[in-house]
Amino acid sequence: MQPRAEMVHWFFGVGILFVALCLLCEAIVGTEVWRMRPWRAYLWPGLAFGLGVLLWPVMAFFTNSAIHMYAHGSWAEVLMLAGGSELALVRGRLTSPWWRLTWPLAFVVTGVAFIVHEQNSWLFARSAFLHHTLGWTFLAMAVFPLLLLWRPSSTALRAGLALMIVAVSVQLFADRDVAPVFGHLSSLAGEQHR
Amino acid sequence: METPFVRSLPRAEARRSNRRAHAVSLVGPATSAGGLIWAILQPYRVTLLHPRGETFWWLVIEPPLLVIVAGLVFALLVARPLIADLEARHATSG
Repeated sequence: MQPRAEMVHWFFGVGILFVALCLLCEAIVGTEVWRMRPWRAYLWPGLAFGLGVLLWPVMAFFTNSAIHMYAHGSWAEVLMLAGGSELALVRGRLTSPWWRLTWPLAFVVTGVAFIVHEQNSWLFARSAFLHHTLGWTFLAMAVFPLLLLWRPSSTALRAGLALMIVAVSVQLFADRDVAPVFGHLSSLAGEQHR
Repeated sequence: METPFVRSLPRAEARRSNRRAHAVSLVGPATSAGGLIWAILQPYRVTLLHPRGETFWWLVIEPPLLVIVAGLVFALLVARPLIADLEARHATSG
């Protein structure tokens, strides 16, 4: 009854898509209206923190090498740190906006881990291609929360961040265990399963 | 004293609020529409339409279905109360 690795990527794709939709709507209506109901203020930081927690079982049950374990473990840590900091900021336990630096940190760590732990070239298989594109997407995305520290009310920056996160979820949805990318599939990748 | 400029301010604010409410109301349906278009373009991904003894995961967990469900859940549980709050805020401030 254990789902395949690609399905786990899709589950995370849904969670990340939901976070992106929340961020997009918060950018549209403004933080004041978004936080009019207390549960909504905690929604996307809580989801982000929860996704970080869920990365631990993924690390335990779905990784098959040390480098994969390190990558998934580091994502779990930085996502929990950033989500937890955001929760504490919303709650008022933390007050310094500099805690939001945990987001660019999380994105940079995630991007670097994606690129470093993918040992194959871009066109080896679809998953290899997506690891490279996801890595660079996360590195580019780190600019948005960094700039938001200086322009916290910028609708364009917040919407841009939300759309970048949508791009991440689209890439996760495009993941397949063994599948070609642009017609390329290395013979070393294994047999295409669908 | 009442000037045309002062009178036009609440109207401009109302227009902005309406545009925001409209944009928020579109987010969930647009997401679901994306999933639906994906399902139409790649119908073989929706194994529920032509089950051939697949297990639970293969039947239910397919990206187009997940995107459709995410859009619907967001529209019902998040966007709808958010629009109500936006309108309530506009009613109290206007």
